[in-house]
Amino acid sequence: MAAIFQGVGAAATLSSSPSNSFDSNNSFLSPPRSFSVGKGASFSVIRSGGILNLNSKGRRAQQLISNAVATKADSAAVSSSSKPGHELLLFEALQEGLEEEMDRDLRVCVMGEDVGHYGGSYKVTKGLAKKFGDLRVLDTPIAENSFTGMGIGAAMTGLRPVVEGMNMGFLLLAFNQISNNCGMLHYTSGGQFTIPIVIRGPGGVGRQLGAEHSQRLESYFQSIPGIQMVACSTPYNAKGLMKAAIRSENPVILFEHVLLYNLKERIPDEDYICNLEEAEMVRPGEHVTILTYSRMRYHVMQAAKTLVNKGYDPEVIDIRSLKPFDLYTIGNSVKKTHRVLIVEECMRTGGIGASLTAAITENFNDYLDAPIMCLSSQDVPTPYAGTLEEVTVVQPAQIVTAVEQLCR
Amino acid sequence: MALSYLRSSSSRSANLLKPLSSGLSLRSPISTDTTPITVETSVPFTSHRCDAPSRSVETNPKELLTFFRDMALMRRMEIAADSLYKAKLIRGFCHLYDGQEAFAVGMEAAITKKDCIITAYRDHCTFMGRGGTLLEVFAELMGRQAGCSKGKGGSMHFYKKDSNFYGGHGIVGAQVPLGCGLAFAQKYSKDETVTFAMYGDGAANQGQLFEALNISALWDLPAILVCENNHYGMGTAEWRAAKSPAYYKRGDYVPGLKVDGMDALAVKQACKFAKEHALKSGPIILEMDTYRYHGHSMSDPGSTYRTRDEISGVRQERDPIERIRKLILSHDLASEKELKDIEKEVRKEVDDAITRAKESPMPEPSKLFTNVYAKGLGVESFGADRKEVRATLP
Repeated sequence: MAAIFQGVGAAATLSSSPSNSFDSNNSFLSPPRSFSVGKGASFSVIRSGGILNLNSKGRRAQQLISNAVATKADSAAVSSSSKPGHELLLFEALQEGLEEEMDRDLRVCVMGEDVGHYGGSYKVTKGLAKKFGDLRVLDTPIAENSFTGMGIGAAMTGLRPVVEGMNMGFLLLAFNQISNNCGMLHYTSGGQFTIPIVIRGPGGVGRQLGAEHSQRLESYFQSIPGIQMVACSTPYNAKGLMKAAIRSENPVILFEHVLLYNLKERIPDEDYICNLEEAEMVRPGEHVTILTYSRMRYHVMQAAKTLVNKGYDPEVIDIRSLKPFDLYTIGNSVKKTHRVLIVEECMRTGGIGASLTAAITENFNDYLDAPIMCLSSQDVPTPYAGTLEEVTVVQPAQIVTAVEQLCR
Repeated sequence: MALSYLRSSSSRSANLLKPLSSGLSLRSPISTDTTPITVETSVPFTSHRCDAPSRSVETNPKELLTFFRDMALMRRMEIAADSLYKAKLIRGFCHLYDGQEAFAVGMEAAITKKDCIITAYRDHCTFMGRGGTLLEVFAELMGRQAGCSKGKGGSMHFYKKDSNFYGGHGIVGAQVPLGCGLAFAQKYSKDETVTFAMYGDGAANQGQLFEALNISALWDLPAILVCENNHYGMGTAEWRAAKSPAYYKRGDYVPGLKVDGMDALAVKQACKFAKEHALKSGPIILEMDTYRYHGHSMSDPGSTYRTRDEISGVRQERDPIERIRKLILSHDLASEKELKDIEKEVRKEVDDAITRAKESPMPEPSKLFTNVYAKGLGVESFGADRKEVRATLP
């Protein structure tokens, strides 16, 4: 625990001149102190010592890595002291997390379509190519299968690539690489290779993007053994999860949502990470546990306002970790409220909700007063027409009705 | 037996030197001799968009005897694996490499252990070339703990991280993007090493190959793509699968070289050339014209799509071990008897390794759950009956 706060100053230095090229001989000279980042498009450049494992900063960074997936207490402590933080949008938070990690560890590189000179189709990688150079922020041709494979091959040697799918749906082309090589190599090599890769991209139903660009891949990837899946929903957890995913030795798939990129929130200035296997308690309550993730969190919170007016007290948990589930937090909640409603954007058939229902039923059946209700998207390709698209996903009104039904 | 000490390739003179190490050991005393010998490759190289290397290869007695010994070892290992499979000690898939050994030894002679190799499922001999031991091979084939992947990988998943051997992959063609990723990492770390990404004539029609080749050429990666063309993609002959079977030309803008893959010295020359090229100017494709005597795998007799005459014809005319044997004998580097002794020794080594591998136990049941994730998750994993079988993933 102490190591996390030790590291608070470690990654943060202020430098006035942005470095335009990747220079591995940068030495870390100035003492660490906290930094503040301006709003909007301009950011202070963070320069850090590049040589791994050879200086005290590197050793502290190593300590950080070993604790990276450990404790929960820190996020509570940090968020309560974060009043003097800085405000930014979710995509900027992702970018900040990525940039800090790239500064901190020279092995982190980014590959994807239009992530470099263009700045990323959702601006998550904006400015990184200019700062880190073409070898660390790589513009790939449109060849998902092979560049995901290349990321995995690079990860086998110890690099830590962050592979971006411009839209999660495009990663279906790389499914073979993700399933067979990414997930399984650690096992089939008898533990010789770890694959510390992060695969990320926006998914989910957007504003009339059409069927092929509104896919939710979490249900397809969830059975692959050996990978972890997380879904971010706020700028705070986006940055935290991005950093934790990069530091993790396991392959992590980070699901972002197209419609959440412009959410604004105040986040702490200090270095922090979010535990990859932990769920987030959004709103404690007594009557019913509502489990959700990604964009549906906001529909649930909207419904929660109506529910509170009607006299219900829902407990809302953002599960964040899609694989593995945080059954500890979820279980405690079920033991308290005895009613569960799952609200997700995945399809009904074989979705995250289906697995979660099975997991809760097996583990906590005795604590349930009513059958688990699961609200998911319809099992249809997402239509283009706006009215139809609205009906495809779960709306707050349906959530309210479901809770009323559950609590009867 | 009298030993000859050779100065140049041309003379077959009986230049007898007193044998210093007397007739004590059966191992050839010339295994440390490094006087250069120049040999011509069987056929000239054909090139695409580059200048072919010269046909004259420099070698020495030590190297030739090492080639002979290593190839004999690999050949014996594969034949022993064949018997083990028929005895049902090896199950599932078993893809044998006999006939193609020249590539494994020739490539190793041209590179270091710092260069990376990645290949498909016909990986037993490549693994041996990288420094794997017979015990690891047989134990892994039989699914025992002493195997290189602790028994959890099997025939298609041999890996050796410390000598940069990246496997061992079951899905046809998927290893080529991985190989280009290895080359990328080498370039990123400025290692001055190269990656050999091997694939077969069947895999040469995979789209991801061209994708990876495009990216490698674009980013100037030190990737060498090697097509081990044994002319059959499982049961389909190359002329039935590929419109253009000139695989070395398939790179279009990437230079290519066609090599006789049954000639270990030609392979060595080509790999050396390729390494120099890759470090300077980016990717290159090598096509190895080779042949496999066994079928695609143990479940394939190998004779339904080709004639037995063809197989025995290649064996008579182009066998890699015979070629080296003839070379050694013609240069008087060792006698027939010594070579036969080497083969006997190799056979004994293989038998010993099999005995030891059979003694190695099967993995413990708890090992089912290890290495799913790298350390530190502590999540639960379930069996078919979730209430009965439940374990925490370490």
